[in-house]
Amino acid sequence: MLRKLFNFHGGVKPATHKEESTLSPIAPVPLPDRLVIPLHQSVGGHPRPLVQPGDRVFKGQRIGAADGSLSSAVHASTSGLVRDVVPAVMPHTSGLTTLSVIIEPDGDDRWGELERVNFRSTPPDELRDFLRDAGIVGLGGAVFPSHLKLKPGKEGALQTLVINGAECEPFITCDDMLMRERAGDMLKGIIAMRHMLQAREVLIGIEDNKPQAIAAVQAAIAASGETGIEAVAIPTRYPAGGAKQLIRVLTGIEVPHGRRSTDFGVQCFNVGTAYSIFEALERGRPLISRIVTVAGNVDAPRNYEVLIGTPMDHVVRLAGARAGTDRYIMGGPMMGARMPAFDVPVVKATNCILVGSPALFPPPPPEMPCIRCGECAKACPADLAPFEMYWHSRAKNFGKAQEYHLFDCIECGCCSFVCPSHIPLVDYFRFSKSEIWAREREKEAADTARDRFEFKNFRQEREKQEKAEKLAAKAAATREKVGADGSAAGAAAASSGTAPAKPSGDDAKRALIEAAMEKARQQKAQVQPKNTDAATPAVQAEIAAIEARRQVSATHPTDAPPDRPPSSGA
Amino acid sequence: MINSPFVRKPASVQSVMLQVLLALVPGIAAYAWFFGPGILVQIALATAAALAGEAAVLAIRGKPVALFLGDLSAIVTAWLIALTFPPIAPWWLTVTGTLLAIVIVKQLYGGLGQNPFNPAMAAFCLMIVAYPALMSQWPAAGQLDAGTQLELIFGGARQIDAITGATPLDALRTALRGAADPASTLHGLRAAQLMDGPAFGLIGGHGGEWVALGYLLGGLWLLQRRIITWHIPLAFCAALFAAAGLLWALKPEGFASPLFHLASGGAMLGAFFILTDPVSGATTARGKLLFAAGAAVLTYVIRVFGAYPDGIAFATLLMNICVPLIDMKTQAPVFGHKKD
Ligand code: SF4
Ligand code: SF4
Repeated sequence: MLRKLFNFHGGVKPATHKEESTLSPIAPVPLPDRLVIPLHQSVGGHPRPLVQPGDRVFKGQRIGAADGSLSSAVHASTSGLVRDVVPAVMPHTSGLTTLSVIIEPDGDDRWGELERVNFRSTPPDELRDFLRDAGIVGLGGAVFPSHLKLKPGKEGALQTLVINGAECEPFITCDDMLMRERAGDMLKGIIAMRHMLQAREVLIGIEDNKPQAIAAVQAAIAASGETGIEAVAIPTRYPAGGAKQLIRVLTGIEVPHGRRSTDFGVQCFNVGTAYSIFEALERGRPLISRIVTVAGNVDAPRNYEVLIGTPMDHVVRLAGARAGTDRYIMGGPMMGARMPAFDVPVVKATNCILVGSPALFPPPPPEMPCIRCGECAKACPADLAPFEMYWHSRAKNFGKAQEYHLFDCIECGCCSFVCPSHIPLVDYFRFSKSEIWAREREKEAADTARDRFEFKNFRQEREKQEKAEKLAAKAAATREKVGADGSAAGAAAASSGTAPAKPSGDDAKRALIEAAMEKARQQKAQVQPKNTDAATPAVQAEIAAIEARRQVSATHPTDAPPDRPPSSGA
Repeated sequence: MINSPFVRKPASVQSVMLQVLLALVPGIAAYAWFFGPGILVQIALATAAALAGEAAVLAIRGKPVALFLGDLSAIVTAWLIALTFPPIAPWWLTVTGTLLAIVIVKQLYGGLGQNPFNPAMAAFCLMIVAYPALMSQWPAAGQLDAGTQLELIFGGARQIDAITGATPLDALRTALRGAADPASTLHGLRAAQLMDGPAFGLIGGHGGEWVALGYLLGGLWLLQRRIITWHIPLAFCAALFAAAGLLWALKPEGFASPLFHLASGGAMLGAFFILTDPVSGATTARGKLLFAAGAAVLTYVIRVFGAYPDGIAFATLLMNICVPLIDMKTQAPVFGHKKD
């Protein structure tokens, strides 16, 4: 059956380089000497450490507990000894550190007790808690806690569950290989998700440059006997694997920035996430490993099943890093982030370790002025006018940049990819976004300070007034005493202008304080910039998701993510 | 340190401009074939002036001279100037026009990408206001041999009356005004009859129509290479056709046919090479349509009712002024905010 597909605007077709890493099956990785497991590996709160130096841990033992609902647990990837719980450099361009559990493997790789769950007989709330505690997060790169997305929305049922197997970034093939080798188990995870979301149909979107994966998934669907699940081949065009673009291609629905896709009857998960949900529910195994593509400047590009916390260079060694390697990039060449060191750990977000060299990724030619050719706008999948945003970002005219929908930018890099003037457009947009966030935080802090200050002023004013009134009253009383025919008019006049502020009792005082606070609140509301109006939790989460992929540019030292984990640890 | 994306399409301003220059070649070839080698001399003069002027300003501004000269944008401006100025214009006219375009209109506004006006068209307007007679002398195809052309370009004093050339557009307008004037010898003649002379070809000016065809071919190639989009050429041609067609349909004896307008003067050059200048033109899809249609109507009005040989230059500048407004008002809705 041929399904009607929809188109998304723009997009680009970079050389895919996928062939090389799909020649051999997914390989295991020998245990490294040391695992460094960052506690904060998902969007949201920082998990609390549950272990101390000296503790012995089992494979799969929870070592970090989710902090609140928007958070996800973290586990020991193998059995061994907890050497330390210290800040360690995280796999992020900034080179900042984050609290991590250092485990020395004992070599036994011994699982603890594994708890399985029957998703059909378990209440949804319990299932969600279970998945949170199993550390299930989006493995497409955004690492958003999956349990939060597994709610069907207001109607209690979802129209379409979209499974993302598009994998549009060049070089990356971990999803491709997962579908080829583990389609059946992945499908079981999908069926569980479908049950939780009460989804009427399931569409698995796979770019048509992966015929083997498509065939494997189709075979698995046929073998399962399930209906309403379809593997759909979609045209190969970056970024077809962006959640919004894939939803658009498969359903025609455009989920606007800042809105939840469930409101539109659709939800989207990565194929790797589906597989890890299967592992968690049916095998009781939390998310302690993932498939990672090692590609680029290596002898034998390949996919590996890597324990979370394994140093990247330990994995790259297996593929044989070639001479000239000058960097590791986590992710693909379009959106990936340059790593601050070779030994940073593989985390849940690591879909690919792209080994770079100056020959493979030469520095761009010198930047020229924008000639307004519009190539960037033609390529932008969010239908933006990047050169206009660039113009205003460059002038630090952030309000204007926002008018051109800066926050709808998904940072896909298509604009930079096509620009004949070699302008690093996305860098400007990342910079502008973080500047705006930074200013907002500053303003919030200032607002709080101002509120306090205003209240203090108000209190001092009031005290002065009270004093004056008391004095006036005293004077009047004296006058009354002195002049037998003296009226109280003088005293009344003295206090008439301030009559309502008469300290007649506690109630009046409280009312005044409240009025002042209210006024301060209103003033604050008036000066609040536009874009915080839309700062719903969904937006915040999205911002956080972008942040998770963010990289810090040396040319823009201020470009530091706002909710960076404190380097001193939690 | 470099951030993602780590890969880029092999595109550059230089390659864009180079393709524009290549696309001009068929038109230039036809031009030289029908009108003689004067145009090639003009192109050489303008190119040299543009490069020298650009290099001097870049050096003064402390910009990397080789990098910016290499972007070839100055040469595109130079060629457009040469192609819109009369082929027998004295050398200093071409050189001055080119220097004005590069130094004042382009570099003083900030250089590549910053100029609100199309430099070549601004130069044309400045020069035609300053030297209306010299800018209006156009030889007919085959009228002057190479020697005479060179003499006119480099010679000192020129006998202005000796060359009474005018563009077919100009000639037709004058003739039509004569036809409307009872005192004139041309009184009562119809447009078709007036266009019977040797200056006119099948649909446009004799020779000029082949040059226009050359531009059209080059323009279509640019379209195919995706250097330009269809919006501006199509909107320009359609609007010019519509405007000319309307009056022609109402009064065929008093107006030239729409095809004549498309094939004459700088229509094709304007549609594919001048109005499509990205820097000074509109950038949104709807904006381009508006921009080009507006330019076409203005061109027609200036051609028919104005006093200049062609209307493209003034029309372009007038529309350049409107670009910020057009762009602002025609921003397309972004992802997720469309109303479909
Ligand atoms: S692609 Fe580059 S040069 Fe062209 S409009 Fe966009 S930013 Fe400007
Ligand atoms: S990075 Fe942003 S502006 Fe550039 S193409 Fe992608 S969505 Fe558009």
